[in-house]
Amino acid sequence: MQPLSKQPTTAKRIQKSDPAPSRWAYRFERLMLTPVFRKAMRIGLPFSVSLLLGLAYFADEARRESFNMALIDVRDDFQNRPEFMVNLMAVDGASTAIAEEIRAVVPLDFPLSSFELDLEDIRNNVAELAAVKKATVRIRTGGVLQIDVTERQPIAIWRTYEGIELVDNAGVAFRALPSRMSRPDLPLIAGEGAAKHLPEAMQLIRTATPLHKRMRGLARMGERRWDIVLDRGQRIMLPEKNPVQALQRVMALNSARDLLKRDVAAVDMRLAKRVTIRLNEDAVKQRWKARATEAEIQE
Amino acid sequence: MLELYESQRAMRAMRKAAMQRGVVAILDVGSSKIACLVLRFDGSDLADETAMPMAGQAGFRVIGAATTRSRGVRFGEIEMMAETERAIRTAVQAAQKMANIRVDHVIACFSGADPRSYGLVGETGLEGHVVTEQDVSRVLSACDVPDFGQDREVLHAQPVNFALDHRSGLADPRGQMGQTLATDMHLLTVDASAVQNLSHCVRRCDLELAGIYSSAYAAGYAALVEDEQELGAACIDMGGGSTGLSIFIKKHMIYADAVRLGGDHVTSDISMGLQVPMGVAERIKTFYGGVVATGMDDREMIDIGGDTGDWEHDRRSVSRTELIGIMRPRVEEIFEEVRAKLDAAGFDHLPSQQIVLTGAASQIPGLDGLASRILGQQVRLGRPLRVQGLPQAATGPGFASAVGLSLFAAHPQDEWWDFELPVDTYPARSLKRVVRWFRDNW
Repeated sequence: MQPLSKQPTTAKRIQKSDPAPSRWAYRFERLMLTPVFRKAMRIGLPFSVSLLLGLAYFADEARRESFNMALIDVRDDFQNRPEFMVNLMAVDGASTAIAEEIRAVVPLDFPLSSFELDLEDIRNNVAELAAVKKATVRIRTGGVLQIDVTERQPIAIWRTYEGIELVDNAGVAFRALPSRMSRPDLPLIAGEGAAKHLPEAMQLIRTATPLHKRMRGLARMGERRWDIVLDRGQRIMLPEKNPVQALQRVMALNSARDLLKRDVAAVDMRLAKRVTIRLNEDAVKQRWKARATEAEIQE
Repeated sequence: MLELYESQRAMRAMRKAAMQRGVVAILDVGSSKIACLVLRFDGSDLADETAMPMAGQAGFRVIGAATTRSRGVRFGEIEMMAETERAIRTAVQAAQKMANIRVDHVIACFSGADPRSYGLVGETGLEGHVVTEQDVSRVLSACDVPDFGQDREVLHAQPVNFALDHRSGLADPRGQMGQTLATDMHLLTVDASAVQNLSHCVRRCDLELAGIYSSAYAAGYAALVEDEQELGAACIDMGGGSTGLSIFIKKHMIYADAVRLGGDHVTSDISMGLQVPMGVAERIKTFYGGVVATGMDDREMIDIGGDTGDWEHDRRSVSRTELIGIMRPRVEEIFEEVRAKLDAAGFDHLPSQQIVLTGAASQIPGLDGLASRILGQQVRLGRPLRVQGLPQAATGPGFASAVGLSLFAAHPQDEWWDFELPVDTYPARSLKRVVRWFRDNW
């Protein structure tokens, strides 16, 4: 009982196709194996196609505009995110008056994005204030523009023809004073270029500690040497070189002989070898009188 | 002769261009397979000297190899152009794909086309006292060329030997003193139509022919070791459709010939003897073939098979002895033909009579024993030289001529057209023609 319909014979060989490539397939394969062509297909073609599409798209003015707008929108969205916003400004290390000045110098309308703040510019503005020695500006977490200020500390008062100013230890005059009496605790210096030699002046003042009660101030003479001015118009004229040693000699003389309590107009130390003392007019007369009596007695 | 010089020169220029490109293809057009190798020249001519003396196989690397069943080739000659062209295309494409680079130049070899060898002698007096390159050129053109017929083409023309006065055996006479210079040249001609067919096929594949070689020559160059080439040896390249033989001495081929019998004839004998198709016969030959029967072979039965549907017919079997009985007479016939050719060439006068069997058909077991009975005592089986990058599958004796071609691609032996033409044979008209051209055009 076998079916009479034709059975597919498994023994039938599958005709193997011709392994030879057709002429065009062969040529195409060779073309694809050409290095220049392959490189052009891999790099040149995608590049030029994308360039062409891009150029075609941006050829239209309106599209270009909208693309730019979209770019700006994206940028603004990003910049105005709450984590980048600065809401207030804090000034640390400055007295109230200087803080007011700083706020005037840095006029900002908060809230602002931190991308819009030029910290370096703000810092320069603040540091340009005379009363500010050093300023650091940063954006603190929590959206605070933090300005840390180091103020100049006055160590002396400088009297010039223009007026009275405070001087810090770097010799910078930074604030005008209405009168000497508003800061009686600070020593006074005067004269042209006095502030430039402030360290020397301070050293002299320290040396003259016993005279502090009587000292009116230091005067820079001819921009080269110092005079110490005491009350009663007394002066200690110090040399250009080694003024501190000269002053020490005066102090020693004073403590030994009470030199400055006498009626002396000036102690002149400008010649180191010879201490010269100028007496007041009355004292000179007194001296002459004393000499005359001494002579009579001897005769 | 001058056209030949020009055309061969053009092929040499192609080869040089290929070397500059760095890639050249080797095409061995055989009767049973077409092999294609893609070589890359990397200029590493001074490869590591530590390994072994590189016998010319340095400087290139095989980067692609492919073989395909040959179609349309019989007796080593192209018979059906379109079929052969397709087969070449298949092989070249596969090799290109493996190499991943495109090749434009191809060096080809074929075995058939009735090669004939001629020994040429030329003699000329020297112009000066010292042999110059011009003298060498003149003596080469002074060789009296035999009349080999209109339909023949010169495949190789190599100066084998130079003699100065009475000193013979000079390899390079330039710079030596003497009176007369003589040379021996070996000229190999083949049927012009075969060369034209091959070059046409290659051109149809969009490739440029950078050289044509006789495959017997290439196989001998690859399969003979250096001292065999130097002392004298014959290489028998047993292919599918034809068996080539080449005789080498002093590193030069002095004789080449081909017998129009090969492994395919053995297969067709089996096919006829056992009543099986060619494919089955080929399979039986490669698996069970042999030329020396022993008692063991009587008991070894081989299933022949078949798909006629006739149970009796499909379950035939033969003993291996029967198979050997079919194969042996044909192999003997091939060897006898080869023997006749060798005798005609005067091979027995050579100092050394080494015979090297190579080619795919030399893989029949016991072949060297049979060959030594017919050809002489010194017979060995030869495999081609190892070259860099050749796949393991392509190192068998069947690839001897392909490997030899690769060696020639890197270091071709000097042929007649590698020398300059002598000055006086330049056509005198050419200068006049130049002058006329200028007058006509300016």
